[in-house]
Amino acid sequence: MTQHERAIGDTLLKVDNISLGFGGVQALSNISFDIREHEIRAIIGPNGAGKTSMLNVINGFYHPQEGAITFKGEVRRAMRPHVAAKQGIARTFQNVALFKGMSTLDNIMTGRNLRMHKNILWQMLYYGPARTEEMEHRRRVEEIIDFLEIQAIRRVPVGKLPYGLQKRVELARALAMEPELLLLDEPMAGMNVEEKEDMCRFILDVNEQFGTTIALIEHDMGVVMDISDRVVVLDYGRKLADGTPDEVRGNQDVIDAYLGVPHDEGEA
Amino acid sequence: MSGADSFPKLLLENAARIGDRPACREKDLGIWQTWNWAQVADEVRALACGLTAIGFQPGDKLIIVGDNRPRLYWAMTAAQAVGGVPVPVYQDSAAKEMAFVVDHAEARFALAEDQEQVDKLLEIRETVPRLEQIIYSDPRGLRNYGQDFLHSYDAIQETGREYDGANPDFYEQSVAGGKGDDTSVMLYTSGTTGNPKGVVLTHDNVMRTARNNQEMEKLTEDDEILAYLPMAWVGDHIFSFGQNFTAGFCVNCPESAATVMQDLRDIGPTYFFAPPRIFENILTTVMVRMEDAAPIKRRLFHYFMELAQRAGTRILDGKPVSATDRLLYALGNILVYGPLKNTLGFSRIRLAYTAGEAIGPDIFDFFRALGINLKQLYGMTEASVFITLQPDGQVDPETVGTPAPEVEVRIADNGEVLFRGPGVFREYYKSPEATAETKDAEGWVHTGDAGLFNEAGHLKIIDRAKDVGKLVDGTLVAPKYIENKLKFFPNIKEAVAFGNGRDHVAAFVNIDLVAMGNWAERHNIAYASYQELAAHPQVLEIVRQHVEQVNRDLSQDPNLGGSQIKRFLVLHKELDADDGELTRTRKVRRNFIADRYAELIEALYSGQDECHVETEVTFEDGRKGVVAADLKIVGAETFPVAAELKKAS
Repeated sequence: MTQHERAIGDTLLKVDNISLGFGGVQALSNISFDIREHEIRAIIGPNGAGKTSMLNVINGFYHPQEGAITFKGEVRRAMRPHVAAKQGIARTFQNVALFKGMSTLDNIMTGRNLRMHKNILWQMLYYGPARTEEMEHRRRVEEIIDFLEIQAIRRVPVGKLPYGLQKRVELARALAMEPELLLLDEPMAGMNVEEKEDMCRFILDVNEQFGTTIALIEHDMGVVMDISDRVVVLDYGRKLADGTPDEVRGNQDVIDAYLGVPHDEGEA
Repeated sequence: MSGADSFPKLLLENAARIGDRPACREKDLGIWQTWNWAQVADEVRALACGLTAIGFQPGDKLIIVGDNRPRLYWAMTAAQAVGGVPVPVYQDSAAKEMAFVVDHAEARFALAEDQEQVDKLLEIRETVPRLEQIIYSDPRGLRNYGQDFLHSYDAIQETGREYDGANPDFYEQSVAGGKGDDTSVMLYTSGTTGNPKGVVLTHDNVMRTARNNQEMEKLTEDDEILAYLPMAWVGDHIFSFGQNFTAGFCVNCPESAATVMQDLRDIGPTYFFAPPRIFENILTTVMVRMEDAAPIKRRLFHYFMELAQRAGTRILDGKPVSATDRLLYALGNILVYGPLKNTLGFSRIRLAYTAGEAIGPDIFDFFRALGINLKQLYGMTEASVFITLQPDGQVDPETVGTPAPEVEVRIADNGEVLFRGPGVFREYYKSPEATAETKDAEGWVHTGDAGLFNEAGHLKIIDRAKDVGKLVDGTLVAPKYIENKLKFFPNIKEAVAFGNGRDHVAAFVNIDLVAMGNWAERHNIAYASYQELAAHPQVLEIVRQHVEQVNRDLSQDPNLGGSQIKRFLVLHKELDADDGELTRTRKVRRNFIADRYAELIEALYSGQDECHVETEVTFEDGRKGVVAADLKIVGAETFPVAAELKKAS
């Protein structure tokens, strides 16, 4: 895959010395890194390294005991989910979190919720400005459906779809928010090679076409090394390495964390 | 009737005559967008002028590759309007196959639908430097490509409008300079052997064939068609391009290849083509869904479908039907047929064609019984589609109908079907030998198919001419005809018939593991492997009944009645492309099988009841192994041939 040409801009989000513990378990210790505008930033690490916790801190689902988060120049002790969403942070989940009984179209429409301004009464009447507004949102949603090539499942209840497509619908819903920062939690888990290739292409296209900044957690090293601009490696809640894919690949600590060091009992 | 002799002229005429009528539609962002004839004429004009502005010369070829899109159809007329030749290419062909066509057609220009096709063309351009300019329709993903020979469709049209403004007479003069005798399109046929051949068709070929069929079937500007089969295929070129212009009806392009069935329902076309495979899939889906329906619905469905089988086809053909059946059929239309057709998008179909391979009589009858006027035709690229087709009311699943208007058909001494008519292609591009082999001095084209005319004057295609043989007593044997009859039974997956130079016909049969396995499950028959199931006595008995049914059918045909199957065996393994027994498109490789299983064939023709066989097989992971089996050879009853009895009496 050739490196895509985008102007990677200034720092969009920065986490400083984040520490997060649950009772006696220290999930994150003293983590700092930044995400720059328009880049694809991967967070990797073995199981239990604290990757999902890190995403949860970024979108405000967890509140760290220590540290600060700077998003678009604004420093906060902690994010809050609805603030994060309003500020332009969207995410997908490791285990798909869609409304299974609703159609693909309706699921994606929920992603527009924050951008709808007419109150529920107007919307129920579906009249005048509310109608115009809904049509405009529907058009945006249709563009995303077209972008992710899911026209054929527009009307299908999400629960009936295969897993790979559900992941795509979830991405669609996140895109419907028109986010500046998109957090993807294992977007390719459980997919076959072809589905992974498709997903890679969509992630790159989103990044290129909409200029969306993307932070993703992924286990498939081939994918991570191919599509990301910079990679941060976590292990047991600590930051092991941070840099370009090539730098990270050659880092001895990272190799040890993944392959195990001789005195460990862990499997290779 | 219009006086235009080329498609660009006809476009101008249509724009003037029915300018506000819809010419094409495309579903985009979930909404059907419509262009009327005046708009299409405008789009084509801008594109044609744009092509000229970037150096497209008369005689240049324009490669067109992508799904069915209005813009791609417009490009065909645009190329024609400035004296060029559109060359549509199969959108799923690999870069290597496409490179052959681009190189052979000597194309300097190409139009690609999207990034996927652009990538292929860029790869091709490295080895075929003659390809100069590439135009793309959908800019997605192409933002950073930046090559100066890559142009967006919109940019070309923009350039074209400027060019048109500066040279206002150019377009009309260019269009007026076209003649009916000019090449209108080159269609590469995906030959089974060797490289594809570029079939050169003229405006006259396409237009006269399209018009003749349109008059015969009374197609009008009120008809609707869904364009979903590859643009590089001659059928689509006639139905969705040629007749679009001649009849002036509206062509609808689906949103994507995956949404065709939904789009079909949105549009409800009045004119529809599908290969037998698609009709078969639709029927299977309906049947599976009915099995899951509530018992009362299921019973209703089966009751009315039985009635439809009895009365529906007769009503469609205008034959006498009892008043009770008519009444019940009308009721069935309200309760079952109407809703079913609506679900399938078939409510408004006035004319449906199928062609390409043999269609199972059950499938054919199912759709006709619903009141859908499904007919078979026989055609090929070299004929601009139509060689024969079934006139209304004279439809039979066994035949492909009578010669199309202005087409002459005759059977050569060796049984091969020959034809000539207004649609006969001019030549294979740059292949005079191949042209001479296929088309003789008097214009007769060799189809390579063996056929017969029945008493009613309908053509029946039986096999490839080279595969047809004779028994020692001179009886005609068409192996594929027999094999197809066997394969129409869901329990039989493949069959190979032998008989050339022998004293009777014998066959290998492959059972269908899904259908037979299902049957075994329902009858509590345990089996551990394909081989074991295939050798089960009850399975052999079922196959024997099927074979005898085929024999009974064959006996009705005076020409082929003598080729009934006397002995058969059920093979111990599935014929497999990995073992070289089938082609990748699942066609039987007859000679290879005859060599590989020579001892089995000998056993069929000696008196043996059993034969031991050991076969090397290739497993999915590439390892090889040996399968050994003792196969039973089964005799089947044969029946007296019908027409011969009549002659005797």
